Amino acid sequence: MTLEALYTILSRYAESQGIRLNKDKPFVIDILQGLLTNEARYGYRSCPCRLAWGVKEQDADIVCPCVYRDPDIAEYGSCFCGLYVSVAWNEGTIERRQVPERRPKEKRMM
Amino acid sequence: MGPKISIKLYTLSTCSHCSRTKRFFKDNDIEMEAVDVDLLSGADRERVMDEVRKLNPDCSFPTICINDTVIVGFNEEKLKKALKLP
Repeated sequence: MTLEALYTILSRYAESQGIRLNKDKPFVIDILQGLLTNEARYGYRSCPCRLAWGVKEQDADIVCPCVYRDPDIAEYGSCFCGLYVSVAWNEGTIERRQVPERRPKEKRMM
Repeated sequence: MGPKISIKLYTLSTCSHCSRTKRFFKDNDIEMEAVDVDLLSGADRERVMDEVRKLNPDCSFPTICINDTVIVGFNEEKLKKALKLP
């Protein structure tokens, strides 16, 4: 899949969820490139901002969109990677803070 | 010229925050050593992850070590402060 096609699909998907892709498109394209790299590498779109195990069962929680996305958007307006954000985050009406890692330590590749 | 600063970046090749961090150093013409941990395997990865764990027990990326200062994530303000940039 091309980056532009993925961008279009995920942009529509985000809107259907009441959220958005980060309006910084070059930043988003960089993340999508990471997703496609991980898909080629592992066979699934593992979060590009986290070190994957390379075993789908162990990475299930960080296959994008990760299970931490919604609580991160609820608390910070953005997911850990900054791919998915709230409308308010995009509009700059909420403070943009660094999103800490929510994935439990025992699940991480450390 | 002041004393040479030791700068090491622990990054993922796929991570956009890591890319931003690398670009920050490049744009400011500051030499650094960057290691993409996801591209390592076996003993090399274990050795590097040991280093990351000591600096940042969260083992998240990017982990940036500037002399004795550890910065986690791309934070331009913190980087500028650690590098004494205007």
